[in-house]
Amino acid sequence: MQAFNKKLVRDFWRLWAQSLAIALVLACGVMILVIAIGVERSLTETQSAFYERNRFADIFASATRAPNNLKREIEQISGVSVVETRITQFAILGLEGITEPAVARLVSLPPSGEPLLNVPNLTAGRMPTPEATKEVVVNETFALANDFQPGDSFYATLNGQKQLLTITGTALSPEFIYLIGPGAMMPDDQRFGVIWMGYDPLASAFDLGGAFNDVSLRLTRDANPQIVQDELEKLLVPYGGTSPYGRDLQSSHMFLDSELTQLRAMGKSIPPLFFVISAFLVNMVLGRLISLEREQIGLFKAVGYSDLAISWHYVKLAIGIGLFGVILGWAIGVSAGYALATYYTVFFHFPYLIYVNSPDTYAISGLAGIAAAVIGAMRSVLKTTKLSPAVAMSPPAPTRFKQNIFDKLGHMLGARQPVMMIIRSITRWPMRASLTALGISMSVATMIASLFMFDSVDVLMESAFFQSNRQQVTLSLAQPQSRAVLADVENLSGVLRAEGMRTVAAKLSNGHLSRLVGVEGRDPGMDLSRVLDARNSKIVFPEQGVVISDRLANHLDAVIGDELEMEVLQGQRGTYRVAVTGIIQKYFGIGAYMDLDFLSALLQQQPLVNAVNVSIDATRIEELYSDVKSAPNIGGIVRWDQIRQGFSDTIAESSSVTTTIYSLIASLIVVGVVYNSARILLSERARELASLRILGFTRSEVSFILMGELIFLTIVAIPIGFMIGYALAGLIVSSFSSDMFTLPLHVSRGTYGYAGIVAFTASTASALLVSRRVNRLDLVAVMKTRE
Amino acid sequence: MKSVFHTEGITKVYDTGEVQVFALRGVDLDIYAGEMTVLLGASGSGKSTLLNILGGLDRATEGRAYFKELELTAMKERKLTVYRRDHVGFVFQFYNLVPSLTARENVALVTEISPNPMRPEEALAMVGLEKRIDHFPAELSGGEQQRVAIARAIAKRPEVLLCDEPTGALDSKTGVKVLEALTRINQELGTSTVVITHNAAIQNMAHRVIFFADGRITDVKVNDTRLLPHEIEW
Ligand SMILES: Nc1ncnc2c1ncn2[C@@H]1O[C@H](COP(=O)(O)OP(=O)(O)OP(=O)(O)O)[C@@H](O)[C@H]1O
Ligand SMILES: [Mg+2]
Repeated sequence: MQAFNKKLVRDFWRLWAQSLAIALVLACGVMILVIAIGVERSLTETQSAFYERNRFADIFASATRAPNNLKREIEQISGVSVVETRITQFAILGLEGITEPAVARLVSLPPSGEPLLNVPNLTAGRMPTPEATKEVVVNETFALANDFQPGDSFYATLNGQKQLLTITGTALSPEFIYLIGPGAMMPDDQRFGVIWMGYDPLASAFDLGGAFNDVSLRLTRDANPQIVQDELEKLLVPYGGTSPYGRDLQSSHMFLDSELTQLRAMGKSIPPLFFVISAFLVNMVLGRLISLEREQIGLFKAVGYSDLAISWHYVKLAIGIGLFGVILGWAIGVSAGYALATYYTVFFHFPYLIYVNSPDTYAISGLAGIAAAVIGAMRSVLKTTKLSPAVAMSPPAPTRFKQNIFDKLGHMLGARQPVMMIIRSITRWPMRASLTALGISMSVATMIASLFMFDSVDVLMESAFFQSNRQQVTLSLAQPQSRAVLADVENLSGVLRAEGMRTVAAKLSNGHLSRLVGVEGRDPGMDLSRVLDARNSKIVFPEQGVVISDRLANHLDAVIGDELEMEVLQGQRGTYRVAVTGIIQKYFGIGAYMDLDFLSALLQQQPLVNAVNVSIDATRIEELYSDVKSAPNIGGIVRWDQIRQGFSDTIAESSSVTTTIYSLIASLIVVGVVYNSARILLSERARELASLRILGFTRSEVSFILMGELIFLTIVAIPIGFMIGYALAGLIVSSFSSDMFTLPLHVSRGTYGYAGIVAFTASTASALLVSRRVNRLDLVAVMKTRE
Repeated sequence: MKSVFHTEGITKVYDTGEVQVFALRGVDLDIYAGEMTVLLGASGSGKSTLLNILGGLDRATEGRAYFKELELTAMKERKLTVYRRDHVGFVFQFYNLVPSLTARENVALVTEISPNPMRPEEALAMVGLEKRIDHFPAELSGGEQQRVAIARAIAKRPEVLLCDEPTGALDSKTGVKVLEALTRINQELGTSTVVITHNAAIQNMAHRVIFFADGRITDVKVNDTRLLPHEIEW
């Protein structure tokens, strides 16, 4: 056994370059598994700890104005354990240093000063004293972005009244782990914040004395959330209540959860790809080793080693390679995992990070990695048991070649003999050639399936930002107003054109299927914000009926001509019936649209607008801001140019990192596949290639035979990789699409080109690396021995 | 007579770490144009080493070797490759055919890269294999494979043909066929031919026999009368 183990160590040492090439591919799989599991668990653990300690609510609802004594009735609903009623509103802030207005979400603190639910976690300073009316706590990220310390003050316009507020502390809340402003597409910590302040000052500013407009509850363990929601809705309806919703529709939770879902999906789908490729490579390398060692195996058997002992010897070699990859993967995974988990805290604001680094993550990934190597070894190892000592001792029968159709083609084209050798090698071992090509294709596909995102986002941005939303600014009005308000807006400084629209929160139902949506009423003349069809031309909504997005149509199982029930959930509530007159494709959100006059007639109102899209004279933007800050009826402002910029910046930043990482991973796959294929081809052909050198072929002519085959396979594999990549991209698009946004499937020529070039370069480089060994062929030694 | 090969004090030392193996210890030799030379000697006496140096496959440790005016011992790897391509034909004990190419294609391998070759069919006819042109090596007997190797070596009309134990793996009947092919080429094309063998009987078909022992030439014998291959028995 001693000698056997020595052989093992020497084999491993001899195969180090090939083992490394396999181990790197395997390490990618292990690393991604470690990272995905580690980060997902850490975030989940941190999330649930934060939710628990700071008592994140289970059910949320809002109303226009509900009396405080309704709270007692809500507490009576069976299944409710804690109820918190609050006032929440939006305010425009005037901050020094930034000219454009910031917006804040105001949240009232109970008169006692200590919230029962959604408790802010103080990170600095103290909570406001109950009697102080101008003291506030702001969310930490907002404070950091604006360089605020406890003790600093700023101006806020609350329902038209400008007030100077003083910061007593900063906090993070389970309710705002992911914080995004209304209408915004990206978090903007500088221009959107949360302000916690006493109930009394808020109630008096917004005329809500003795009342609340926001309620959240925690359920008992055995509660039925749906029943509680229904009961709560019944209680709130008389006070302008909206449908209560659970955590699944709470914005912060929704974003965090979709991120976690993606991490889980990544952990399940990507590592197996790497494990399969590694198994294939182990199979290839061990297969060659065993066929080279036939005679030795025969000898071992002849002297009495059992099949099991011999198999175990080769399995150990595979385990060695597997272990190599696993340790490499762990090493990178553990540091990258922590880095990535901290990176997430840039977008998801936790007061602390519980980094879960549990041993089973390593056990799972380690076992998976080693299993991949062992499974890859199985086919060749089983072959050793089938070798009888006698057969193993005689050399393998020479490979038989046959003329085939490709040869005829080669002859017809007057191909030279080296080309014929390549053709015959591929057609003689088509399985091996296909697997090599497939490996390369998968690497191309990996790049396309990851890098196409940027193309798709480009299309999305072009459509959403440059074609659909051409306004620079959207102002939201505190109350719906008649179209006359447009003239007022046009009188604000710098405004060139103002177009109004109306959004109504409603529940659309078709039979038992229903969805909550914002129904937009639009004028046919609207030209700044447009809804576009697939060919990018503006859709003018029919004078009658509702036009819905395809995703919504799916949810409701509705087709053109169906009649939907529309339950308006705001202001004067009512239920109406409307026909579907169109279905459109929409990237952001699920939407429903109507002609504004039709909507108004349906609601039996004068045409009202609650949002105004504005195009401006860019040089006078500062004047506009100061006008907006003091305009009492403007409740919010969305700056599209900043959204565009923020979006491009974020994309550009993550684009270079992502591109580098995926190119690296894809190159590792190519190197693993091509390097090993080349080494095996060289080992099988060493004799043949040396003969050619003796006949007077130059080194490069001989290298061509070796590289030609691999480069040919690479060239065939790349377009196949394009197709697989496109199909994978399609799968990813459909799994990514949510009601928040739909990703268009688009792969640009640049992405195809880039993936092709990276794969081709990696492949050529690995083949070149091996073909340098052609120079070291020992011409004399080869001639002395029989194969 | 003009010599094709001329050597002066060729020495070859293999440095295997602890021991130095002297494969050649100063060989002075001339091989003449058009002649058939047999190298005879015990195993390990340095015959293959000398042949490999003459063929541009290996380098001498000391001394000079010339092919006509070309000093082989001064040439770089690239030049040696061109030398092998243009002037030398090799035949080895183990044929060394490319298994994925047919007989004709194995020969074409060489004719495609030489300046003045014969047609592959012509070369194969010279070794009596015109009927097996489209067979792969695995479909040919050992003697047939060796004759393909000879056809491949002579197809480019080399000035010298170097054969290291061409009959070593063959029985006597097939061996004779191979020797007949070599004699015919030597006569018809005037190719200077060097044949290494262990088989003393073969020396009788050579113009000249060079005896080797322990890295040195010990004797040179000129045959006044030569036997034809089929007259040789072993
Ligand atoms: N690569 C090498 N390393 C060390 N010694 C070598 C090497 N090649 C040959 N030798 C030694 O050089 C000597 C001459 O070898 P060579 O092959 O020329 O003998 P040979 O006369 O052709 O023998 P044979 O008739 O058995 O083929 C031998 O002693 C051999 O052991
Ligand atoms: Mg020899």
